[in-house]
Amino acid sequence: MKPFADLLDRLAYEPRRNAKLALLRDYFVRAPDPDRGYALAAMTDALSFPHLKPALIRQLILERVDPVLFGLSYDYVGDLSETVALLWRRDAAIAETPTLAFVVESFANASKSDAPALLARMLDALDETGRWALLKLVTGALRIGVSARLAKTALAQVGEVAPDEVEHVWHALQPPYADLFAWIEKRGPRPESRDPAPFRPPMLAHAIEDADFDKLDAKDFVAEWKWDGIRVQVSGGASASGRQTVRLYSRTGDEISGAFPDLVESVGALDGALDGELIVMREGRVQSFNILQQRLNRKTVTPKMLLDYPAHIRAYDLLAEGGEDLRALPFHTRRARLEAFIARLDSPRLDLSPLIAFETWEQLRAARSDPAPAGAGDDAAAVEGCMIKRVDSPYLPGRPKGYWWKWKRDPFAVDAVLMYAQRGHGKRSSYYSDYTFGVWRAGDKGEELTPVGKAYFGFTDEELIQIDRFVRRETINRFGPVREVAHEPDKGLVFEVAFEGLQRSARHKSGLAMRFPRIARIRWDKRPRDADRLETLERMLAASDLAGAGNG
Amino acid sequence: MRASDLLTPAPQGLYCPPADVWIDPVRPVARALITHGHSDHARAGHGAVLATEETLGIMAVRYGPDFTRRAEVARFGEPVIVNGVSFLFAPAGHVLGSAQIAVESEGTRIVVSGDYKRARDPTCAPFEPLACDVFITEATFGLPVFRHPPMEGEIAKLLSSVSLFPDRTHVVGAYALGKAQRMAALLRAAGYDRPIYIHGALDRLMAFYAAHGVDLGEIRLVSSQAKKDLRGEIVLCPPGAIQDLWSRRFADPVTAFASGWMRVRARARQRGVELPLIVSDHVDWDDLCATIREVAAAEVWVTHGQEDAICHWCAAQGIAARPLRLVGYGDEGEAEPDAAPEERTPGAEQPR
Repeated sequence: MKPFADLLDRLAYEPRRNAKLALLRDYFVRAPDPDRGYALAAMTDALSFPHLKPALIRQLILERVDPVLFGLSYDYVGDLSETVALLWRRDAAIAETPTLAFVVESFANASKSDAPALLARMLDALDETGRWALLKLVTGALRIGVSARLAKTALAQVGEVAPDEVEHVWHALQPPYADLFAWIEKRGPRPESRDPAPFRPPMLAHAIEDADFDKLDAKDFVAEWKWDGIRVQVSGGASASGRQTVRLYSRTGDEISGAFPDLVESVGALDGALDGELIVMREGRVQSFNILQQRLNRKTVTPKMLLDYPAHIRAYDLLAEGGEDLRALPFHTRRARLEAFIARLDSPRLDLSPLIAFETWEQLRAARSDPAPAGAGDDAAAVEGCMIKRVDSPYLPGRPKGYWWKWKRDPFAVDAVLMYAQRGHGKRSSYYSDYTFGVWRAGDKGEELTPVGKAYFGFTDEELIQIDRFVRRETINRFGPVREVAHEPDKGLVFEVAFEGLQRSARHKSGLAMRFPRIARIRWDKRPRDADRLETLERMLAASDLAGAGNG
Repeated sequence: MRASDLLTPAPQGLYCPPADVWIDPVRPVARALITHGHSDHARAGHGAVLATEETLGIMAVRYGPDFTRRAEVARFGEPVIVNGVSFLFAPAGHVLGSAQIAVESEGTRIVVSGDYKRARDPTCAPFEPLACDVFITEATFGLPVFRHPPMEGEIAKLLSSVSLFPDRTHVVGAYALGKAQRMAALLRAAGYDRPIYIHGALDRLMAFYAAHGVDLGEIRLVSSQAKKDLRGEIVLCPPGAIQDLWSRRFADPVTAFASGWMRVRARARQRGVELPLIVSDHVDWDDLCATIREVAAAEVWVTHGQEDAICHWCAAQGIAARPLRLVGYGDEGEAEPDAAPEERTPGAEQPR
């Protein structure tokens, strides 16, 4: 366990991609089988520990630590695994530490009732880093900035093969991947069956700037809507034995088929690879990202979720068809193939993302600021902006220069007053970094602030420190982890909050919910009395409703 | 005498009405008793200052010789009587010259421990537990997640990184007063005999420690060296300099930070630290609890830090405890995780 724990620990502190790759290569070369195979499985999300849930880990620590002290510690550290790793006391009498293979295989063979005691014994035997790595592993939340693609890239580098080569054989293999390592180390043959549904790294766009338009001729480009969902790839085909497989991948190459069985089933016959946006559709209308979020980050879904949040793919591009790689072809050729492909597949869960008609950049600018009449119709609220693509662009992995741009919509903005602050998690743990803010409205007892949203990013690290100081200094009440901050007409902190849209919401006291709110600026220069009123937000909502952008 | 009549918290700091003196006041007062030289405890501009000789010396280094109109030396073990109140200074083990102050009158004794630690420190006298009725403690690391590991292991971590990356300069953030000198002394104790390089802001306090008999070995200023000569060397600098332009002078540096806060991973990442070294000049949770038991006080007052957890623990042990919520502490050194303002201390620490 120690080499694996040290690897995770180093990766967690290492922000540079090349240095991460170096650490991974070093580990893959040094670590023995089958440990390194299980490590690769952990980083590609191929392991699961169904008996070990965060609730169980919480229960184990509460058997050992005062609940109040645990609560304060967790609030401070902001990460359950790390909090428990720090609080747990090592049993110095245990000399032997478990290997990674022992951990993985023991839990695979353990019953649900044996798992808690087994985990506790392992924690007893490990030092802090080991306990942290073990808990990260079994809760499936490594969060060390390593995607499946990065891990496979490191492995490919060890074997001096192209990363795509690893992708092609990947899904024929099972942890701990002994034959894969044998092939990489040139001790064995290339693993037999080619993967009929491999991941192909996606092509990404640059953000466009105003000055760029002068250099670009609108005639050379097409544009399409940028939908506010998650970018995915659907890959499918038949294996040598004739068995059909379809897989759904995230942008980073993590397989997410398990969370979207409805989609996978609906496009089951797909032979090729599609690039598209995953969205939730209800009655023919694209739902907001908030609604899509209910289905994200889950390994499995309930039948009710499938019914309430039907997933859908809006296709942008076709990368392969029937074993033919289309990526070198120009965009307009791929687009024609894509249109025919979608029509042939005829799935109710799959449609084509339409192109936007425009002849000048001015026309496109108008479409972007008001998508409904420009073709987006009822789905305009789910438009995040435009994608601008050279008609002759090949499909290249990564973010090549000169082919694709994204042009996001201008956000809405209001001045709101900080009301409550909570400590953040992850990178921002122990700082007060989650902010609830409000705007003015007429209350029963005169003017009052009503909360309209919550934001936890948009500020720099330096600004975070300043806001954190403000929160600590101006706290007027504490409710567990939440601090109420002074918010009076002449005392308090004003944020310029940017957001992508507004919706009616029964959950919020103000009756409104913001989409994708973030802190655009801190207005140290403004007093709370100068902040916006709820009426301003109501007017914004009414205006976007009229434009067909309302989203119930 | 009731304890709350002997010492009482006020916006300026802790006040002792019968003697009309303040302990570690954050604003200028007529007469101040100072526990140690960190800038949030020791400020310039008091009418008179009573402190250990080393603390007075550190204040003179940082603020110039005119930091007070009258400097009075307190010696460990020799009580100073003011209006019938006895003030006894005893070692706190925090930094050179750091002291606790036992305030006693009419049979009531309150110990103001200042900042303190129990771990071994070759640069200062060890903490001396004093029995008392009321123990006033800091709680910088007052959560059970803070258990400082043995410092030898942390020094070994630094030295093994130096041997693993012999071409990279190891830039170690360390607070200017106390931590930087302790790191140097611990490196020496571990047998490291190369010159240790320092940022100009550390120069005068390094020299002050050396003049007080702390063996720091050969110390050289970074500014005296060519960049290529610093490959594989250890450089100590104020924490704020790690991400500063200043650190870009080094080729492919390894950034390290010596602080108790490095126990929490997010803390290290927030600062962009690659090599976190958990070395602290404050008590950790276990030592905090052990010290409270050892001094056997009936009551504990908590000055600053994570007061909720330690007050809860005291209550569970049947010890009355309350937070003083003093304002202004924790602005230097480790007391506040994000603060490293010692580089901004006026005058005294600019590179010469």
